[in-house]
Amino acid sequence: MTHVTGIDYAVMVLYFAFVLGIGVLLRRSVKTSEDFFLSGRAIPAWVTGLAFLSANLGAQEVIGMGASGAKYGIATSHFYWIGAIPAMVFIGLFMMPFYYGSRARSVPEYLKLRFDEKTRGLNAISFATMTVFSSGISLYAMGKLLNLLLGWSFDASILVAAGVVLAYIFLGGLTSAIYNEVLQFFLIVFGFAPLVFLGLRAVGGWAGLSARLAGAAVANGYAPGAYTHSWAFMDHAAHNPVGVEWFGLVMGLGFVLSFGYWCTDFLVVQRAMAANSMTAARRTPLIAALPKMLFPFLVIFPGMIALVVTPPATSRAPSAQVAPAPGTAVTTAAAPAGVVPPKLDPSTGAPLRDARGRVVLDYDLATPMLLLNFFPAGLLGLGLTALLASFMSGMAGNVTAFNTVWTYDLYQSYLRPGAPDAHYLRMGRIATVAGIAISIAAAYVAASFNNIMDFLQLVFAFVNAPLFATFALGMFWKRATGHGAFAGLVAGTLAAAAHHGLSLPAGASVGVKGGYLGVLATFPSELAQTFWTAIVAWVTCFLVTILVSLVTRPRPEAELGGLVYGLTEKPRDMVAHWYERPAVLAAGVLGLTVLLNVVFF
Amino acid sequence: MTLDVRMPIGLFFVLVGALLTVYGAVTRHEPGASPTGVPIDMVWGAVLLAFGIVMVMLARRARGPRRP
Repeated sequence: MTHVTGIDYAVMVLYFAFVLGIGVLLRRSVKTSEDFFLSGRAIPAWVTGLAFLSANLGAQEVIGMGASGAKYGIATSHFYWIGAIPAMVFIGLFMMPFYYGSRARSVPEYLKLRFDEKTRGLNAISFATMTVFSSGISLYAMGKLLNLLLGWSFDASILVAAGVVLAYIFLGGLTSAIYNEVLQFFLIVFGFAPLVFLGLRAVGGWAGLSARLAGAAVANGYAPGAYTHSWAFMDHAAHNPVGVEWFGLVMGLGFVLSFGYWCTDFLVVQRAMAANSMTAARRTPLIAALPKMLFPFLVIFPGMIALVVTPPATSRAPSAQVAPAPGTAVTTAAAPAGVVPPKLDPSTGAPLRDARGRVVLDYDLATPMLLLNFFPAGLLGLGLTALLASFMSGMAGNVTAFNTVWTYDLYQSYLRPGAPDAHYLRMGRIATVAGIAISIAAAYVAASFNNIMDFLQLVFAFVNAPLFATFALGMFWKRATGHGAFAGLVAGTLAAAAHHGLSLPAGASVGVKGGYLGVLATFPSELAQTFWTAIVAWVTCFLVTILVSLVTRPRPEAELGGLVYGLTEKPRDMVAHWYERPAVLAAGVLGLTVLLNVVFF
Repeated sequence: MTLDVRMPIGLFFVLVGALLTVYGAVTRHEPGASPTGVPIDMVWGAVLLAFGIVMVMLARRARGPRRP
């Protein structure tokens, strides 16, 4: 168990004080519900841009991308360089004019304006449920991690983190969440940058890292460069550790999943909606894309380094609980051991082994273990605070999206329409408390029934996969109808469930991993199955929406102004310099992304 | 907006940076203070301090002209 000292606690306490202080200072600027839920649409683009990025920087990003880095190597960068960035450019250039220009207050409300009440209701209910459970899952992950690494009490960890998030959102609403997300962004960057620096130094730079990872690749049955090239081994699913071929990757991850998340998820879109002008709203995802494309170096590299680095001799880290048992080789002899501990069997305490007898590593601990091994007291406090900040910003993103969708799309629409604004402002604060209470409850459910959470996440994936087809048709095809959109969403979700139920990743057993309707197809990896499930859901939603739209009555064009491409005036850029134009920014972002893909090809 | 976000961010990093720099300087000869051979607390503390000062200065400059 690592010993956290006074200086480390001092950094954490300072952080909590600032986070709460921001909430207190912003309290007086919250007068209307629009101030609370949409920051009065008064925030400059660089702030909403960093918040756009930070709201997504939850546990999944920092811990999950480190884990994937250790598991798949640099190919994890596809989540950024083929996934997030093109989608962020697309929403900024093409979709934001409709989100921001329609004056919708949320993504479900856009669906109501563009389609009809039932499509909004479906999206609002599934989204609200999803956000509180995701925030609960993230809370659970945090409590478990802090307990395992530092021996902190699970209850205390999640209650303190949730309490702080509650306090600053309750006081300052979305502005407070956004301001804190900007602070969290810088904290995460400054907390993890020295980790990458020290880690790379210890393995001898990129050349040294490549050489060591080549050993790990060969030991796992791949070509030596499989962990350090992002595209070169994508010709066949069996040639790369991800277990996916290029088509499934580009279509499933690059197109369906990434566009589905970045272009339709209110959690991120809300940040852009808070911007102070149409141009600022369009620049929000583009500004976010610039640091986003460099994040692989910050969050994936630690995982890759952790897999092969030799811990420093004076390290204070290895704790009895997570260190490998004496005499256990963590991987085969050809690969260096690194600092990633094996996954332990909860009943026997012995390391788990896969079907081929190799020890299964606990990849989620890759980044945290590197942190404990390489940071001395002081910097460790900064690193742990950055980790806490990532958990909290992810949670705050979910909670602010939840309170808005609940208050505007569910409460004001169905339960209590026509009340004075102060009533909805009060409801927003109550929804914040309720959202956090449900998150905490969900964290405890996750702690006692892990499978329920796996199952819920699966259902959310089914609901999310077809979404982008609905929005793309809604924004770019004026003939799409409400009945078409609703039927398409339901059909897409059912198609996702059916595809998942009829397929299984290699080596998995029937159950939450798939195959519950009979196994018609097997995929080389779970990710390949996920990507193809998304593709099937998207195509089904796309086709069903078109077919049903063609046989149902379209809305008159006069009602669709500001909502659909072709019936909306092209937005004019209000910028001082040519390089601030969204199109110029987008071209720069895409050019740099292509360059990164080429460098790590 | 009533509050320039750069001000609290700047102040936070000034304080954390100063804390780490001083702590790093005082403890640099203790065992375990620099596991990798780099006095990283001191070095990184100075980086944070510099960043914090820049943020505070930007916030002050933005506020300046509007003063009566």
